[in-house]
Amino acid sequence: MSEAATGAEALVERLLAGEHRALARAITKIENRAPGYRELVSALYGHAGDARIVGITGSPGAGKSTLVDKLARAYRDRGLTVGVIAVDPSSPYTGGAVLGDRIRMASNVGDMDVFVRSMSARGQLGGLSTATADAVTALDAFGKDRVIVETVGAGQNEVDVVRTADTVAVLVQPGSGDDVQMLKAGILEIGDLFVVNKADVEGAARTVAELEEMVHAGEGRTRATGGHHGPGFASADGREGGADGADAGPTDEADGDDAGADADGADEEGTDDWTPPVLETVATTGEGVDELVATLDEHYEYMARTGALRETVRSRYAAEIRQLIRNDAADLLDDELDRRGGVEALADAVARRETDPYAIADEVLAPVRDCLAERRSTSDDTDGD
Amino acid sequence: MSTRTGQRDGDRRTIRCLIAKVGLDGHDRGAHVIARAFRDAGFEVIYSGLHRSPDEIVQAAVQEDVDVLGISILSGAHNTLVPKVIDGLAEYGALEDTLIILGGIIPEEDRAELEELGVAAIFGPGTPMQETVEFVREHAPERR
Repeated sequence: MSEAATGAEALVERLLAGEHRALARAITKIENRAPGYRELVSALYGHAGDARIVGITGSPGAGKSTLVDKLARAYRDRGLTVGVIAVDPSSPYTGGAVLGDRIRMASNVGDMDVFVRSMSARGQLGGLSTATADAVTALDAFGKDRVIVETVGAGQNEVDVVRTADTVAVLVQPGSGDDVQMLKAGILEIGDLFVVNKADVEGAARTVAELEEMVHAGEGRTRATGGHHGPGFASADGREGGADGADAGPTDEADGDDAGADADGADEEGTDDWTPPVLETVATTGEGVDELVATLDEHYEYMARTGALRETVRSRYAAEIRQLIRNDAADLLDDELDRRGGVEALADAVARRETDPYAIADEVLAPVRDCLAERRSTSDDTDGD
Repeated sequence: MSTRTGQRDGDRRTIRCLIAKVGLDGHDRGAHVIARAFRDAGFEVIYSGLHRSPDEIVQAAVQEDVDVLGISILSGAHNTLVPKVIDGLAEYGALEDTLIILGGIIPEEDRAELEELGVAAIFGPGTPMQETVEFVREHAPERR
């Protein structure tokens, strides 16, 4: 066993024993992809799976951090332990970041059972969703009852992150024309519930009304495509359908009206269905937070009851597996490109019209393809015997 | 590096800093300036906000597993507040691998004692930003 792997083993032991420092270090290793982090996360998986994961997203300034703070407090009042992962963007130029969410989380000072960790969106290509998913696993294995993942709802990266939660709450602030922006960003589809924060501000009632209208107009669409956690996941034919997070989404906005009519019919038959509720909160005072807690629990119970939870968990792990394999394969291929003189040299060759990208891709991947084909035929032979 | 498609293991180590305002003084210009400079240097900076207690700073430093803790004090209370933070870090086993630096108004005669306690460096007013950044780059502890 390598030194890194033994180190990981000791770290897991300390983490499971409840050492905060070990949990913090585990997340650092995950973020840095430090040597031994794979063994670490592998070992943690065996101890995770009990926490409920809540995703909170919304535009900057909507009050996410303040609400997360109050939500954590409310969970603590109910005797639950809480982990928070607050994701902030980083500069694409320097990689630096100022992570400011902690400033707004002061309700749980001196209470180590609320474990807040700030993460920045280092790197690209879904690395963020892998890192946050692994950090959630660490908090889960540590024994946190609730894990809250907070992200700015802008950009595919962030949406991918929050999509992995059991329940997603989308925060909207009143009267800024925000709601229309949300529709544009396609974030409406991922909300299992909507929270109009700063509900004491003028225009809040209108925003609530607008959101409710949108939710109801979108009902059929959610149903038709599986949406985020809609009942479409538990589709009768049992196939994965739209469950692959990356591909789920509104396929055709235009048929929303037709499907909406169907949805009404279904409701009358008393089908067990989830229509995203629109809540109102004032995060600074804690108003509406109890109701939020209750609604989050209701949604979780609904998910558990209808089997949608199983589908969500499955699609979460499916996305993780795919992401991990893509990253690993990309690393292998980078090595191969380096061996062939580096991607720049190959690009120059294309510019000189000596070759083309497709020929290069074919050539670089040929050994992989051949090897897999050979393995397959060997294992087919074995199976046949 | 940027042309790579993958994100190789071990590629992503970034220096993490907590910039903290402890106690009652409300002068946060210095903390803001240093936070921005660190960010521009490619560090990840967690800013504590104003008026934090030593306990809050310890909690944040432990949970965030920062490499560097920068405390800004202009109130003159450094001789009471800094030891409390250091004791707290020690309690969680975080003192050894956290680089503690101080900024603000720290009289010359107090420095030796603070450094003895575990403060790695003290940067007074007028310190060139680059000097602080370089110091952190050089001394940020290896995370193992």
